[in-house]
Amino acid sequence: MKPVRIVQGRAVPLDRSDVDTDQIIPSDWLKQVERTGFEKGLFSEWRDEADFVMNKEEHAGANILVAGPNFGTGSSREHAVWAIMQYGFEAVISPRFGPIFANNSTKNGLVCVQIDGEVVQAIMSAVETDPATEIVVDVERRRIEVPSIDVDEPFPMSDSVQHRFLEGLDDIGLTMQKADDISFFEAGRPAYMPSAGS
Amino acid sequence: MSTSRTLSQKVWDNHVVKAEADGSVLLYIDLHLVHEVTSPQAFEGLRMSGRTVRRPDLTVATEDHNVPTENQHLPIPDEIGRKQVETLRANTSEFGITNYPMGHKNQGIVHVIGPELGLTLPGMTVVCGDSHTSTHGAFGALAFGIGTSEVEHVLATQTLPQPPQETMAITIDGELPEGATAKDVVLAVLARTGTSGGIGAIAEYRGSVIEGLSMEGRMTVCNMSIEWGAKAGLIAPDDTTFAYLEGRPHAPAGAAWDEAVDAWRALATDADAGFDREIVMDGSECVPHITWGTNPGQVAPIASNVPDPDSFESPEERDAAARALEYMGLTAGQAMRDINIDTVFIGSCTNSRIEDLRAAAQVAEGHSVAPGVRTLVVPGSGLVAEQAEAEGLDKIFRDAGFDWREPGCSMCLAMNPDKLAPGERSASTSNRNFEGRQGRGGRTHLVSPQVAAATAIVGHVATPEDLS
Ligand code: SF4
Repeated sequence: MKPVRIVQGRAVPLDRSDVDTDQIIPSDWLKQVERTGFEKGLFSEWRDEADFVMNKEEHAGANILVAGPNFGTGSSREHAVWAIMQYGFEAVISPRFGPIFANNSTKNGLVCVQIDGEVVQAIMSAVETDPATEIVVDVERRRIEVPSIDVDEPFPMSDSVQHRFLEGLDDIGLTMQKADDISFFEAGRPAYMPSAGS
Repeated sequence: MSTSRTLSQKVWDNHVVKAEADGSVLLYIDLHLVHEVTSPQAFEGLRMSGRTVRRPDLTVATEDHNVPTENQHLPIPDEIGRKQVETLRANTSEFGITNYPMGHKNQGIVHVIGPELGLTLPGMTVVCGDSHTSTHGAFGALAFGIGTSEVEHVLATQTLPQPPQETMAITIDGELPEGATAKDVVLAVLARTGTSGGIGAIAEYRGSVIEGLSMEGRMTVCNMSIEWGAKAGLIAPDDTTFAYLEGRPHAPAGAAWDEAVDAWRALATDADAGFDREIVMDGSECVPHITWGTNPGQVAPIASNVPDPDSFESPEERDAAARALEYMGLTAGQAMRDINIDTVFIGSCTNSRIEDLRAAAQVAEGHSVAPGVRTLVVPGSGLVAEQAEAEGLDKIFRDAGFDWREPGCSMCLAMNPDKLAPGERSASTSNRNFEGRQGRGGRTHLVSPQVAAATAIVGHVATPEDLS
């Protein structure tokens, strides 16, 4: 994972609630065994409609997605995060995220900015009115700023997630350093625990 | 140190490998279930970093999402789906992991086979790259879905870093009304909470209604925990749990069984333990339900009418309801029973166990599927199929005109040949009614197996009472 300190740029306003991971990437796209190429599947059913917001020229090249509440609920497919990132988004702003989606995001360096619904709506309107609206997501300060509408709000991110974002750390490597603790724990597991072998 | 703990806190505490200063922990994982869709990139990641699988003996794989439910002895016709299954076979053999392939009697939907093989036991931690892993919570296991990066993490270390969790109790006392099923219990919970009421918490289902459910019924309830936003849903293990597990292939036996049961009994939530949040419901709320919209929280009693979007309080909900009615092709005020159905799907990790099939067969027996209605009855696993066939359920279904299939996820999600066509409307015993979930443009109504069977016979939404 690459370090992420600041995400700065323009946004696409996706003014819908309950955008579940089946919408983000329909299951047809999950049949790949590679880790790349998922950008083509991002919102693929909606993108077929010419007036879908992501198809609008004024939002081309935007790197932030603003969405309604309950973004990324449903299926655990990490492909949803890959699709969003491979398309070019680096941050998603929503009043509420599906928990597995939010967690998957932290493993890949996608910043989930969870802020109050009214602030999200204000940003949504600002971007709809002026697609060039500049947004700054600052991971180091855990704040989101939209200078043109005087938004400067904190967003939640745990210390450990922030540390991994800033340093671009690999979770597995960090856990492997605790191999002795894991072995110690394993030695004390009850004997009746099942094993798959046999 | 406080001594009163909830069921999930006890299971959690028993699995802490290392506690960090910020309250997060490294949690040990007792059972890791793997399927073909969310694992290939995890195995690829392991290879790329020169890592291996720490505990292949605690890892079990099966083929379920992509598999056709007809002619499983033949290669999968869809090339990409076949490649994913072949990749799983290659990965599991490379890393020494047990895989139950298509056609094996232990093969089936990952959340059906774990419990029936006795791999899922009370007090365990269970993960899988699949959000319906919550199903295993029915046994008093802490079970939750994880993403592919976490699949790789568990493969490599048999552990997962976890932030501190909120706990939640959902207590349903009283009795179930006539004709209500476990599916209606969880649909009624959804009617109460919507899709986000669980706020990522670890929920415990309690109360007389839950205690009265069979293991199959408890699995149906826990299965849909993720649908109302909970990360996991648990039920305290009791005599019903132990009776289900005793003698299963991987369950302990002899003295080890007695030792295990003693340990499992001690897992129940202490009398004075508190939860971060609590919802209390009455069994009488759990009348037969059906979803009318495009998320599982858009659900109402079958005896009611399609709601008017204007009847919702928040603008968000009004918009979502209006969008849903348009997608679903429904009119506000229309009676649920007046909705005509094209296809009936009985299956999925929510409702494909032997008890579900028995219940649906009982409704179907002696009737015929309405002309023009397409049906699929898909057992959850090879073992469920074997049992159902031994009991003659397949014959009852076939005689009534239902299509009896081979095990897999089938029409629960559009990844295999069983799909809805655009505009086609289903009554489905699965767990998600999202736009396109069962096929592009498909319209899904979630119901119980009994309602699905009755609906197939009548051709519009119906309950078994409507047949007499
Ligand atoms: S039956 Fe449906 S919900 Fe269950 S594991 Fe398969 S695809 Fe997922």
